[in-house]
Amino acid sequence: MTQTLSPDVKIADPALNGPKKKKTKKGPSERALAVGTPLFLLLVWELLVHAGAIDARFFPAPSAIFIRMADLMSSGVLWMHIWASLQRLFFGFWLGLVPALLLGVMMGLSRPIRAALQPLISGTYPIPKSALLPLILLIFGLGEMSKVVMVAIGVFYPVVLNTVTGVAQVSPIYYDVAKNYGANKWKVFRTVAIPGAMPSIMTGIELGAGLGLILIAIAEMMGAQEGLGFMIWNAWQLFSVETMYVGIFIIAVIGYALALLLAEVGRLLMPWNRRS
Amino acid sequence: MMATNAERGLVLPGATESRERDNEVKISVDHLSKQFDVKGRSVTALDDINITIDKGQFFMIVGPSGCGKTTLLRILAGLEKPSSGSFSIKEPDGSRPENSMVFQGDSIFPWMTVWDNAAYGLTMRNAPKSEIKDTVGHYLDKTGLTAFADAYPHQLSGGMRQRVSIARAFSNDPDVLFMDEPFSALDEQNKTLLHEELLKIWDETRKTVLFITHSVDEAVTLGDRIMIMTSQPGRVKAFVDVPFERPRDVLELRQRPEYGEVVYDIWQQLKQEVNTSAEIAKERAAAKVR
Repeated sequence: MTQTLSPDVKIADPALNGPKKKKTKKGPSERALAVGTPLFLLLVWELLVHAGAIDARFFPAPSAIFIRMADLMSSGVLWMHIWASLQRLFFGFWLGLVPALLLGVMMGLSRPIRAALQPLISGTYPIPKSALLPLILLIFGLGEMSKVVMVAIGVFYPVVLNTVTGVAQVSPIYYDVAKNYGANKWKVFRTVAIPGAMPSIMTGIELGAGLGLILIAIAEMMGAQEGLGFMIWNAWQLFSVETMYVGIFIIAVIGYALALLLAEVGRLLMPWNRRS
Repeated sequence: MMATNAERGLVLPGATESRERDNEVKISVDHLSKQFDVKGRSVTALDDINITIDKGQFFMIVGPSGCGKTTLLRILAGLEKPSSGSFSIKEPDGSRPENSMVFQGDSIFPWMTVWDNAAYGLTMRNAPKSEIKDTVGHYLDKTGLTAFADAYPHQLSGGMRQRVSIARAFSNDPDVLFMDEPFSALDEQNKTLLHEELLKIWDETRKTVLFITHSVDEAVTLGDRIMIMTSQPGRVKAFVDVPFERPRDVLELRQRPEYGEVVYDIWQQLKQEVNTSAEIAKERAAAKVR
C-alpha cells in the first residue's frame, strides 16, 4: 500500500505545487535576468572600449552612443526620422493588410478562387522583397509611395497566406451550425470564418509587421531623404558610427514595441483565446 | 446475398408500420436512399427508408455505428441531399425555423460566450432584442448555465458545453428538433443528468424530436418510438413503441422490470443485426483473400 501510495504523492506534488512555486520564485528572477543580461553586456562592452581591447571606431562605447542619441533627440533630427519611418510603416501596413485579408478570406472560403490564386501567391512569395526595390522605385518614383508599397508587400504575403490557412482550417461543423441556424453568407463570414481564422490571421499580421520593418529600413537606404534607414545609410557615408548604432537601436525598439502592441491587440480581439 | 435476402424476408413484416393512432403527421420520409461515391465505387449508405413521425413525438433512431443514421439526419436537416426518394416536414406556421440541430461532439463556437452561443439562432434571424433576452435567459436558466453566461467554451466541461448546445437549439424555438448523438462523448453520470434535464425542458414544449443514438438505454429512456436500423446498407429493421408514460423520472424508470424487458427486446434485434453484418464483412474479406 505504501509503495503504491508514495509514487502518487510524488507525481501529485510537482504537478500541484511545483509550477506555483516556480512562478512565484522564478518570475522576478527571470525578469531580472532578462533586463540584467543586456545591461551587463553593455557594461562589459564599455569597459573593453576604455581598456582599448576593441576598436572604438567600429564599436564605439555605449556611453558615446547614448550621448549621440541624446544629441540627435534634442536637435529634433531623430524624431523627424522616426516619424517619417513610422508614417510609412502605418500606411504601408494598411495598404498590405486590407487586400490580404479580403483575398485571404475569399480564397479560404472558395475552392475555385483558391485554385486560381494560390499558385500565383505561393510562387511569388519566395522572391526576396528587397530584390523588388529597384522595380518599385521605377514604378512609384522616389517619393513616399515607393516606401509605402515596399512595406505593403512585406505585410501582404504573410497575412494572405495565413488567412487562407486559417479560414480553410475552421472545422466544417461550425459551417454546418451556421447553415442550420439560418446564417446568410455575410453572417457566416462574420460569425464563423473570421473569428475561426483569427488566431492564424494574427500570426500573419505579426510576421508581416516584422517584414514591413525590415523592408522600410532597406527602402529608405535607397532614394530617401529622411527615415531611420536613411539615417543609418547617411551615417555610413559620413562615417558617423555612433549614429548608425542609434538607428539600429531605435529600429529594434520599434520592432519590440510593435510586437507588444500586436500581442495586446490579439488579446483584445480574441478574448476567448486566453491561455496564459 | 443469401444473408441479406433472408434478412429482408424476416424483417419487412415487422418493419411495416401498424399505426392505430390518428395523430397529425409531422415528418414523413418516403423511399429515401443515399449513395456515396467512394473512390469511384458507389456505396449505399441509406436504402429505401420510410418513416412517419407524429407531431410532438420523441422519435429515436438506434443502429450500429456506420448505419447511416447521421446521414439521414443531415438530409432531413437540409445539410445533404438524398440520392433518391423524398421527405417532407409539415410546417403549420412559417414564422419559426423548420429545424434546429444539436450536433454530435463539440459544435458550440469557441469564440463566443455561452450567452452568444445560445442566442445564435435568434441573432441570425434578427429576432427582437427583448425576445432574445427572455428566451436565452430562460433556457440558460433551465440548463443551469446562468452563472456561466459570460464564460467562453474552453472554460467549461464537456457536459456544460453540450448543455450550451441544447440551450442554443431550444432558444431558436424550431418546429422540429434534431439531435445527433449529443451525449455520446459524455460520461455516464453526466449523461444521466442531461437525460433528466432534456426531458424536463422537452416536457415544457413537447416539440417533435428526432434523436439519433447507438445507446439502447438512451433510446428507451427518452423515446416514444424507436426505429432500429441495419448497417451497410442502412435499412429500417423494426419499429418499437415505448410504453412508458410522461413525464418520466429517469432513475425510477430504469429500475422497473418492464424497462429491462424493452431494452432486452431491442438488444436481441440489434445483436442479430450486429452479428449478421459481421458475418457479411467476414464473407467479403474471405472472398477477397481467395
